[in-house]
Amino acid sequence: MTESAPQTLQRPLQRRAIALVSGGLDSMLAVKVMQEQGIHVEGVNFFTGFCVEGHTHAIRKKDKDKNKRNNALWVAEQLGIKLHIVDISEEYKDVVLNPKHGYGANLNPCLDCKIFMVNKATLMLNKARELAGEKGFDFIITGEVVGQRPKSQRKETMPIISRESGADDRLLRPLSAKNLPETLPEREGWVDRSQLHDFSGRNRKPQMALAKRFGLDDFAQPAGGCCFLTDESYSRKLADLWQARNERRYELDDIMLLKVGRHIRPAPHYKLIISREEGENRFLEGYRYQFTSITTSSCPGPLALIDGKLESDHELRQAAAIVARYSKGRTDDEVVVEVRDPSGVVRQLPVRPATPDQVSPEWMV
Amino acid sequence: MSHHELDARRLLCPMPVIKTQNQVNTLQQGDTLTVICTDPGALNDIPAWCRINGHAVLETREEGHEVRVTLEIGEPSIAL
Ligand code: SF4
Repeated sequence: MTESAPQTLQRPLQRRAIALVSGGLDSMLAVKVMQEQGIHVEGVNFFTGFCVEGHTHAIRKKDKDKNKRNNALWVAEQLGIKLHIVDISEEYKDVVLNPKHGYGANLNPCLDCKIFMVNKATLMLNKARELAGEKGFDFIITGEVVGQRPKSQRKETMPIISRESGADDRLLRPLSAKNLPETLPEREGWVDRSQLHDFSGRNRKPQMALAKRFGLDDFAQPAGGCCFLTDESYSRKLADLWQARNERRYELDDIMLLKVGRHIRPAPHYKLIISREEGENRFLEGYRYQFTSITTSSCPGPLALIDGKLESDHELRQAAAIVARYSKGRTDDEVVVEVRDPSGVVRQLPVRPATPDQVSPEWMV
Repeated sequence: MSHHELDARRLLCPMPVIKTQNQVNTLQQGDTLTVICTDPGALNDIPAWCRINGHAVLETREEGHEVRVTLEIGEPSIAL
């Protein structure tokens, strides 16, 4: 039997943190700063349904050359950390539909969203500590920066996130820590506060400089962030969907379809989702068993889904004429379209393609 | 040790990865799993997820519009 090592030779316990990884630069830097201090970090990425991800590029040809990669996975690989991806799309509905703290510039419920995500991470942290004891996790880190976002990342809202999420002082923001009260990991000496940062405001220069110091030069810089809810045109389509349904409700398929195609609403009770290219065509094809669809059969043309119900033959002809307008036969006297119901029953219909003045600009969602 | 299959057709990134991850959490070390997807992004993402989490990718294959990734489960991690 070997004797246990004297106390002085025992290595201190390596502390472990869960990082909220979005795929952007800030969370990447936050992880790096922690790794530099010897903290073991694992990432968690939450799938809300509104994430702007590789698949959005995968659908559209114009984005073909962009890397079809999931940014969060890619970031995790660069950082050498494990990544747990969690589908929260179902529970997240309540965040989008009933944000206690309201919306940002568009339908982005950022403050509630952050509280929700940190809360989820806190539950994971608790579960992991129960399951794995010292191999569990000690604290949570995020890439938040004070003053960076008008709503969710103000100095006054940072403590709200810590408190309402239940993370309290186990939530550390390494990029802004020096602007914020000391947290548990700092007080316990697990991390050295003097080596944390004091970034604030919208100026990204300090982040760029830090990225350079870490040798990071390839990272996602999505113009509108990595969430469709911050996008004005997307939010408009979502609001239109709620208005048309007379209730604020959505399914995952609804919000996926808002990312694709041209949306035209000739009447309150139905809209057309018309593909703009081959990739979108293929994507929408997957929905033909759920929606009535229209495509042109006498010439190449788009695939369109009908979201809602056509109430008369006149409406069916109108919808068909609009679809024909986006086909190769738009200037022909007649185009034959194929109307297919979800069970696969097909009907051929000859129509005259709609002229530009027959498609009101107000119908464009 | 056993072989499993996961149908992730028509799901978009990151759902194929999430489904893969969730199924892997129920399997034993040394088991193999073939994931069938139609999102071309899965061709990069599933292998990336495997590399990060310590699972071996045995084969990736494109068949028409389908992508198949076969992996072997490595050491289990804490299922969060
Ligand atoms: S941008 Fe989207 S994901 Fe990010 S905090 Fe706001 S609502 Fe949440």
